[in-house]
Amino acid sequence: MTTTMQAPKEKAGVKARDRIRAFWLHLALIPLAALFLAPLWMMAVFSTHPESAIFSANPPLWFGGSFGENFRGLQADTNYLRALLNSVVIASLYTAFSMLLTSMGGYAFAKFDFPGKSWLFGLILATLTIPTFVTIIPQFIMIARDMKISNTYWAVILPTLANTIGIFYMRQAFQTVPTDLLNAARIDGASEWRTFWQIALPVVRPAMAALAILLFLASWNDYLWPLLVLTQKDSYTMPVALGTLIGLTRVSWGGIMVGTAIATLPFLALFLALQRHFVAGIAGGAVKD
Amino acid sequence: MTTVPKRRPAPRAGWWARTPKAPYLFILPYLLIFLTFWAWPIISSFLMSFKDSRLGATAPFGLANWSRLVQDEFFRTALRNTLVIMIIQVPLMLSLATVLAVALNSKLLRAAGWFRFAFFAPLVVGTVAYSAVFRLLFNTDFGMVNRALTGIGLPPVDWLNQSGPAMTVLVLAMTWRWTGYNAIILLAGLQGISEDVYEAASIDGATPTQQFWKITLPLLRPSLLFCLVLSVIGTLQLFTEPALITNSGPGNATMTLGTYLYQQGFRSFNFGYASAIAYTVAAIAAIFSVVQLRLFGRDE
Repeated sequence: MTTTMQAPKEKAGVKARDRIRAFWLHLALIPLAALFLAPLWMMAVFSTHPESAIFSANPPLWFGGSFGENFRGLQADTNYLRALLNSVVIASLYTAFSMLLTSMGGYAFAKFDFPGKSWLFGLILATLTIPTFVTIIPQFIMIARDMKISNTYWAVILPTLANTIGIFYMRQAFQTVPTDLLNAARIDGASEWRTFWQIALPVVRPAMAALAILLFLASWNDYLWPLLVLTQKDSYTMPVALGTLIGLTRVSWGGIMVGTAIATLPFLALFLALQRHFVAGIAGGAVKD
Repeated sequence: MTTVPKRRPAPRAGWWARTPKAPYLFILPYLLIFLTFWAWPIISSFLMSFKDSRLGATAPFGLANWSRLVQDEFFRTALRNTLVIMIIQVPLMLSLATVLAVALNSKLLRAAGWFRFAFFAPLVVGTVAYSAVFRLLFNTDFGMVNRALTGIGLPPVDWLNQSGPAMTVLVLAMTWRWTGYNAIILLAGLQGISEDVYEAASIDGATPTQQFWKITLPLLRPSLLFCLVLSVIGTLQLFTEPALITNSGPGNATMTLGTYLYQQGFRSFNFGYASAIAYTVAAIAAIFSVVQLRLFGRDE
C-alpha cells in the first residue's frame, strides 16, 4: 500500500518541477522570438509609411496609410511588377524543369541496376561540397559569350537546373517505393515511362511537394547569378531590381520596404499554412540516416 | 515471374542488346545539364586560373594569377574578413540553433507552432530583402537599433561606418537569417533520438543539463556536423550581405572573398584571376570539410 500511496505524491512533485521549468523556458523564448520577428514586423510597418516618418524622431511601430504611394514610387523606379512577373515565371519554370530532371534521375538511381551506376553516382556525389563560386565564371562565359542568351529566362534557369541536392532527395524518395509495385505495372504491359509517370511518381508526391517548395524559394530569392546574366531593366528579377535600389539615396526607404514586403509576406503566409511541408522538406533535404 | 526463363541471352546478342536502355534514358537529361553547366565548369575554372584572360584565349598557361594571389593585399584582407566572420558567426549560430532546437522539441512548450513560426520565418526571407531591412534598422542616425539603444540609456553606435560594428552587423544579420534553418535540421535530428534513452537517464537521476551534454549532444553529432560543414561553405561564399548591407565598407573592412571575387571577375572582367580566387575558396572549403569530418565525424 505504501508504494501506491507514494506514486501520486512523486507525480505531483514532478509536475511542479516541470511547471517551473516550463516557466523559465517560456520566459527565455518569448523575448527571443520577439527579436526574431522584429525585423519582419518593422519591414511590414515601414512599407506603409513615407520615408520622412521612418526617419522621424519617433519612428512608427504600427501601420500607416502610405503603402499605395510607396508602391507607385517603387514601380516608377524599377518596374517592379515586371520584375515580379519575371521572378514568378523563372521560379516556376525552374521548379518544374528541375523537378522533372531530378525525379527522373533519382528514379533511375533508386530503382535500376545498370553498368556505370555507382560510377555516375560517385561523380555526382563528388561535386556535392564544391562551392558554387567555382563554376560561376565558366557558366557566365558560356551563357553570356558562347550562347549569347543573357537577359533571357533560360540564362537564369539553365546552370542550376541539374541540382545535386535534388537528385539525392528524389533518390531517397524513390527508394521507399516498393519494387513489386513497379514490376506489377510492367507485367501489366506498362512502358518504363508510364511506370515512372503513373505509378512511381504519384507515390512520392508528398516528398516532391517539399522539394518543389525549396526549389521555388531558392530560385525566387537567388541574387548573384541573376545579377550577372540580367543586365536590362526589363529582364530583372525581383531581388535584382531591389538590389539596384539599396545603394541609391534617391529612392524612398518606404518603397524599398514595399518591395521587400511583397517579396516576403506571401511566403510567410504560405509558410504559416504549410509549415509541415516546409519543415519536412528542409529536414529531409538535409540529413537522412 | 516464374515464366521468366533463366537462360542467358544468346551469345550472338551483343553488349548493346544486353544493356538496359531505360535507366540511361531516365538519367540523360539530368546528366547533360549536369556535365555542361556544372561538371565541366569545375574543370574549366581550374584551367582558367592559369590563364591571363585579359590577353585573350591564346595567352600561354602560367602561374601569374597564383603568384599575384599570394602577394595580393586585398585578397588577404578579404580572406581575413571572411575567416573572422566565420569563426565568430558559425559557432554563435550553431549553439543558438542547438539550444533552440532542444527548446522547440520540449514537451513543456506551449504554442509550439507559434514559436516555430517565429524562429523559422527568417528562412523564407531572401538575402536581398533582409539585407535591405538590416541596412535600414542599423542606420546610424535613424535606425531602430540605435533608437532602442538610446532609449535604454546606451550610446548610439555608428554601425556601418566603423569596421568592428560593421562586422557585428553582418554577424547579427546572418545569425538572424540562418539560425532557424539550422535549428530545423537539428530538430529533425532530435526527433530521431529515441525517447527511451531519456527515460532511462531520468530514472537514473540525470538532470536535464546532464542529459543535454551526455545524451543529446553526442547523438546529435551527425546533424551538427552537417550544419557545420554547410555553414562553413556558405560563409566562405558570403556575398549578398556584405555587398548590400555594408557595401564591403567602410574602406574594405567587410570585403569578403565573395565580394572580391565579384569585383575581380565581373567589374574588372579578370576571369583568370577570379578563377584563382574561386579555387582558393574551394580549397579552403575542402580543407575545412576534411578537418571537420576527422574531428567530429569519427563514427562515419
